[in-house]
Amino acid sequence: MSGGVETVVEALGVGKRYGPTVALADVSLTVEAGESHALVGRNGAGKSTLVSLLTGLSKPDTGTVTFGGEPAPPIGDREAWRTKVACVYQHSTVIPHLTVAENLFINRQPTRRGVISWSRLRKDSRELLDSWHVDVDVDLPAGELSVEDRQLVEIARALSYGARFIVLDEPTAQLDSDAIGRLFVRMRELQDAGVTFLFISHHLQEVHEVCQAVTVLRDARHVVTAPVADLTRAQLIDAMTGETGGLTVTDAAERDAVAADAEDVLTVAGLSGDAFTDISFGLRRGEVLGIAGSNASGKHQIAETIYGLRAPVRGVVTMNGRPLPHGDVKAALRAGIGCVPRDRHHQGLVLGMSIADNAAMSVLDRMGPGGLAAPGARTAVATKAIADYDIVAAGPLQQADALSGGNQQKIVLARALGSDPDVLVLINPTAGVDVKSKEALLGQVERVRAEGKAVLIVSDELDDLRPCDRVLVLRAGDLVAEHEAGWSVGDLVADIEGVTHD
Amino acid sequence: MTEVQSRERRVHGTDRPERAFRGMGRLPRLRELALVPALVVLLIIGAIVNDSFLTTGNLISILGASAALALVVLGESLVLISGKFDLSLESTVGIAPAIGALLVIPSGFGTEWHAAAGIATILLVGAVIGAFNGFLIVKLKLNAFIVTLAMLIVLRGLLVGATEGKTLFDMPEAFFTLATATFIGLPISVWLALVLFAVTGFVLRYHRVGRSLYAIGGNREAARAAGINVDRISGLVFVVAGVLAAIGGLVLTGYVGAINANQGDGMIFTVFAAAVIGGISLDGGRGTMFGALTGVLLLAVVENLLTLAQVPSFWIQAVYGAIILVSLMLARFTGGKPQT
Repeated sequence: MSGGVETVVEALGVGKRYGPTVALADVSLTVEAGESHALVGRNGAGKSTLVSLLTGLSKPDTGTVTFGGEPAPPIGDREAWRTKVACVYQHSTVIPHLTVAENLFINRQPTRRGVISWSRLRKDSRELLDSWHVDVDVDLPAGELSVEDRQLVEIARALSYGARFIVLDEPTAQLDSDAIGRLFVRMRELQDAGVTFLFISHHLQEVHEVCQAVTVLRDARHVVTAPVADLTRAQLIDAMTGETGGLTVTDAAERDAVAADAEDVLTVAGLSGDAFTDISFGLRRGEVLGIAGSNASGKHQIAETIYGLRAPVRGVVTMNGRPLPHGDVKAALRAGIGCVPRDRHHQGLVLGMSIADNAAMSVLDRMGPGGLAAPGARTAVATKAIADYDIVAAGPLQQADALSGGNQQKIVLARALGSDPDVLVLINPTAGVDVKSKEALLGQVERVRAEGKAVLIVSDELDDLRPCDRVLVLRAGDLVAEHEAGWSVGDLVADIEGVTHD
Repeated sequence: MTEVQSRERRVHGTDRPERAFRGMGRLPRLRELALVPALVVLLIIGAIVNDSFLTTGNLISILGASAALALVVLGESLVLISGKFDLSLESTVGIAPAIGALLVIPSGFGTEWHAAAGIATILLVGAVIGAFNGFLIVKLKLNAFIVTLAMLIVLRGLLVGATEGKTLFDMPEAFFTLATATFIGLPISVWLALVLFAVTGFVLRYHRVGRSLYAIGGNREAARAAGINVDRISGLVFVVAGVLAAIGGLVLTGYVGAINANQGDGMIFTVFAAAVIGGISLDGGRGTMFGALTGVLLLAVVENLLTLAQVPSFWIQAVYGAIILVSLMLARFTGGKPQT
């Protein structure tokens, strides 16, 4: 409590062990009132453990947590915790089939004569949202809200419990850049109104944009806390990785261009489908092609259509001169397309199964005679994947949900490459993975390309597009621009956002 | 609220490095053996409380009595692992052999088919019912619970209608062979159940179709993205379950010596209990054939003990139900996994 600035939350020397493993060791964190404090670190650095201690989901083994100088409430007293702190997770914590109003007042609905008063519920909700300038229809089922609105509703709900300290766990991961901009404006407004944020993000430029202080964790330990202005992006990366050098990704501009006479391995002609119309392009052997665009641009849908996860309305995808049947993943696999799908939890992995089962999932039919896929053979596939892709795991029989995001994504990539495809389709390959894993995953792209295969990368992250020979820009379902390797960030973003630049 | 909680669990699960050391190695295999100690304890208790319990004759009769249940549990377990549901199996147990019998016996439809054709029809009826369930659930995407509940009622009604509520006798000997003929002292039905469990267990563990089943039950979208033909396999599972229930019905027919209009009535609860006690997850994607088999045996031994202990027949159902509840609780603690 120095210099008259009020401390909202203070963790002093907190530590947490799970069995033999130290998840957090002697970490201290002080968040001052009215600031936005960034918490960064690679997956497994201890961020989530620290958040769970700060939000009362678990109790520190050592050290103390205090709110405004007072000791934290007992772990079982959720009501008391709710008045101190709230966490808005990357994934939804609203109940999708209930209305926004009911979600806001769930389990504390206003009553009249002992029964729920729906009119008062709606009125109170409207007032609550209005007081924080959240423009959302309270009668809408919460599941129909956009990610952006859903986050605002969750923030408003947290504020209505009296909490003025809010943890945002990767709030920008699912937002496009317009929505991120609006979220940041909103965060600044709330800050002015006395709300304090702990902001978790993998995007370091966001930390610089919206936060005043930053704390870096690494390997369960506290590395540094400093004003954001005092640390450059490279210094932040160094602090996170414990190495110097920052993110190293092969830039396509630094290698030879694809031979001019390289033949097309995959062609897309006049393809129309969900959210995109009349798209045509070719993918040559040894080429890495990127597709950029906002979330609503239809870029994910194009990639999913090529892999057969969606059926196009019109047009044709040709692989090595042969047209692919519509909406048939099996046929796409057989024709030589491998894919890392958009969301590894939803489409990539069976989290309850072992690494071995996950890694072998798309090559089950080629493991033995008559469809036999013996455990030994599956384990061998996984053991090889663990070695080849540098997956940090206890062994091939470990369950996939016990791994960090980066390691999970490596399994999905290993599987996509398991069928030895000619074309690799990557959709948001580095979403929610740490810097090191990002390098490793993009390093695999370079290796695959060098083998003469073709890679299609669809991504929200500009870093992912660096290894691309060409980047196509999609806006509202149309191809609007093409950039050669060596593009400038400004030009690409201007095309993605549709900003006129003359 | 559950969504909030599961999300919270997930969130602070992802970054914890210590989880790297859990759920690996031999643990999954130990879980399959969770019921074995319970079975052994029951056998010891049985031997103590009743002299005639641990005799060869009684043990064989336990196995013979549970063969039909075992076959239906086998089918249900496959459906459950694929992440779906089939309540109508208990009605298939009744209607499939009844149709076969009515085609064969003089007092039936008047066709008086050869016994072999009748038995083939029994399997076919099981397959057709399964295929219809599969069509409604997989193709039309109707809810499995309600579809198979409706099918349960429809099929039960068809059976009562076709037999006019009467019991069918006079089937040819071939209809009873499975339950009456023995091989090395055990009824053929027991051998059949054992072989089918072994084959299914092998396929689940060693064949791509088996692994696909777990993948589909664990995460349909991921299975689809990995090139697994989710719809075809899901549909096929219903057909297989229908056929297994039909065979179970044939075994039950032989065991009873007749087909009652309520054959199989109420059986589905025992089927689910055996499967869940045996570690098959109602959420899909989890469970083994060995576990399901131990679940069947546990319930069979309990039922036999209750009979031997001469629990009054009016009370036997209440006691049986209570024991299923206790078994579920025990399985929860020995197995360690929440049975959500």
